[in-house]
Amino acid sequence: MTSVPRPRPGRDDAPDRLYTLTGGRSRSDSAAFDLVTLVVAECEPNPGMQSEHVAILRMCDSPTAVVEISATLKLPVSIVRIMLCDLLDTGRISARHPRTARVADRLPDTDTLEQVLVGLRNL
Amino acid sequence: MDSATSDRAALQATADNGLKIVVVGGFGVGKTTMVRSVSEIRPLNTEETMTRAGEAVDDLDGVHSKTSTTVAFDFGRITLDERSVLYLFGAPGQERFWFLWDRLFSGTLGAVVLVDTRRLADSWYAIDRLEHHGTPFIVACNDFGGSFHTEQQIREALDLSPDVPLVECDARDRSSSKYVLITLVEHLYALSVARSKGADAALAGSPAPAATMTPEPTT
Repeated sequence: MTSVPRPRPGRDDAPDRLYTLTGGRSRSDSAAFDLVTLVVAECEPNPGMQSEHVAILRMCDSPTAVVEISATLKLPVSIVRIMLCDLLDTGRISARHPRTARVADRLPDTDTLEQVLVGLRNL
Repeated sequence: MDSATSDRAALQATADNGLKIVVVGGFGVGKTTMVRSVSEIRPLNTEETMTRAGEAVDDLDGVHSKTSTTVAFDFGRITLDERSVLYLFGAPGQERFWFLWDRLFSGTLGAVVLVDTRRLADSWYAIDRLEHHGTPFIVACNDFGGSFHTEQQIREALDLSPDVPLVECDARDRSSSKYVLITLVEHLYALSVARSKGADAALAGSPAPAATMTPEPTT
């Protein structure tokens, strides 16, 4: 099933492509986007927009996790985070960050865990 | 692009809280199989790269040789209710992966260490790293039909603390994989209850009696 090697996102791309997507920038605030932050589009794509931005807005018609955007666009998570920052700055998306604190690997509260248990048992 | 998005089951519009559980294990141990057996979507794959400046990552003064770390991982998804979505990540336990742990998997609920009893030594490093990061975990032995080991033998081979749950599973089987996840979350629940009782006792200014520090025997 996974025996056919599929090109990994990022690795086999021309570095130029990744550089162009972000303008070669890094953004410290991009860390606010967790792997499972859910992104929601707040506008329709415009004709003049960068094609990746268009794809993100289309995908995020319903809430979509950062990691799903990364997998669908075949781009490394860090690149996607920078593009999401740009879209957030211009009000084109909103972000629903996880309620579980990501500052430290501390234990979640029992209410959250109970909800997870109920959900898993109902599978 | 369109084909990639069209076979993707959309989340409900009310979804607003993403949660994470990580399945760690060596190559071929069945991580993707386990993710697939419980996921509501076909497992997806992505990658993260990070450029590190030598060993002194936070040192702003010196110029260090830069090394690029790339880690691929796959994931699936379980909608828990109208607001919460659980993402299940299958991640290789190799050395470079742990450089990206804080960046990718901080805030994770907990981890499942998936082991093959024929290659127990493959899991030592992952168990060591999870303990180092303070991430609660359980161990699940994927049944490959190898020779029989008692629980005690496996615990000894892994040098596993008695309070870490150890379960057997068949990663191909949905209900078996579901049971593994439930065991992990029940373990987290017991730890969380024990910790909050400890905190309450500390707040009350009285030394916590040993009995209140023990999780309730709910399982």
